[in-house]
Amino acid sequence: MNIWKSVMKFIYHFASPKHFYRISGKLIPWFGGLAAILLIVGSIDGLFFAPVDYQQGDSYRIIFIHVPAAWMSMFVYMVMATSGAIALIWKIKLADVVASSSAPIGAAFTLLALVTGSIWGKPMWGAWWVWDARLTSELILLFLYLGFMALESAIEDPRAAARACAILAIVGVINIPIIHYSVEWWNTLHQGATVTKLDTPSIHISMLIPLLLMALGFKLYYATVVLMRARNKVLYAEQNNGWVKAIIKAQ
Amino acid sequence: MYNAFLSLLKRDLRLAFRHKSEILNPLFFFVIVVTLFPLGISPEKQTLAEIGPGIIWVAALLASMLSLDSLFRSDFEDGTLELMLLSEYPLSVMVLAKILVHWLITGFPIILFSPLLGTVMFLSPDAIVTLMITLLLGTPILSLIGAIGMALVVALKRGGMLLSLLVLPLYIPVLIFSANAVGSSMAGLAISGQLYFLAAFMVFCLTLAPIATSAALRVSLE
Repeated sequence: MNIWKSVMKFIYHFASPKHFYRISGKLIPWFGGLAAILLIVGSIDGLFFAPVDYQQGDSYRIIFIHVPAAWMSMFVYMVMATSGAIALIWKIKLADVVASSSAPIGAAFTLLALVTGSIWGKPMWGAWWVWDARLTSELILLFLYLGFMALESAIEDPRAAARACAILAIVGVINIPIIHYSVEWWNTLHQGATVTKLDTPSIHISMLIPLLLMALGFKLYYATVVLMRARNKVLYAEQNNGWVKAIIKAQ
Repeated sequence: MYNAFLSLLKRDLRLAFRHKSEILNPLFFFVIVVTLFPLGISPEKQTLAEIGPGIIWVAALLASMLSLDSLFRSDFEDGTLELMLLSEYPLSVMVLAKILVHWLITGFPIILFSPLLGTVMFLSPDAIVTLMITLLLGTPILSLIGAIGMALVVALKRGGMLLSLLVLPLYIPVLIFSANAVGSSMAGLAISGQLYFLAAFMVFCLTLAPIATSAALRVSLE
């Protein structure tokens, strides 16, 4: 119990707005710099050095954006739900800030995944949109993000908004697998034959490396942006506290 | 606790029966929405039989969602909800009573009326039975999930539009499995898988939704 207590004490200490502000300020340049390097290297590798796909030619190269964006769209929702749960259970305000800062970023990743998927689908499937299971569940994920953001902006008291959103995110995250599998099931029953789904051969290592670089770059980009947004929110929420006034004075 | 559940159930039912429009309006809405589709698409038997299951289900879903306001709104406005929060009984039990009433006054009449709509949409007798079973299993899920959404927006002045944004994505599995079961039984295929899923999902929601709803109510009433 004692260890648990001291762990919690450490977490509360780290999660206090003042310390978060200080530490995140140091982390952001590192995360941002690494993200920039990874994204540049990954893009160059993916666009110029990865081999041409035997079936799809050069147009497959959009996966280096599309797949990391789709991964992130789900990852960010998990982050939102987890930090929402943390905020509800241990009343750590910072977790609320992380959840609400994540929502627009996650929605942007989801939209990016949908748009790139659609651009990719046009030459491959011959249509901008097909009611493929993955596309559909990605679209529903976008709706879940939009609902989260709409609820947040509708409730005036920021603390009540954060708690309501945390509940919504948890309900959503429990439902995501159910929605995903029901959509998949629906799709296989309705149009398994009409969707010209491409065989997905196990990916070659020369394509996998830039893909993983991009995925890591996306993740670090998210970390950078979420910290920046969270810092702003923390400053705004704590604007009447001494340490924020000291920062303002120092500038 | 059981007494609290029962007396709340009785009170809410009595209230509902004194405002008969609360029971009738969702039902009228359901019937009118279904009627619009033949007018908008085509009165042909084959077309209607094909789209019928989906349309009836979408209409039931919207009717259930639009009537969610009756769950907590009036109790929120006159302060009853606050007293329930303060009472010694578990909030989730009382929430369950309110959800049950909501289902009885919206879901249940829809089930009773569905054979009529199934007939005008040219569903086969088998499919109509399936439609009733899916509604019996599915409409409680709509009330249960809807209660979570309603609890989140109850304190907001204009929550209606927001509610649909929160709740409709979560309704999707119910729609998929129910409409598909009815369509499959039209085609003479097996439907036990869909019904098992719906039953499982209903039990799942019955277990967790009251807890989530009461957590949401506590946030809304702070």
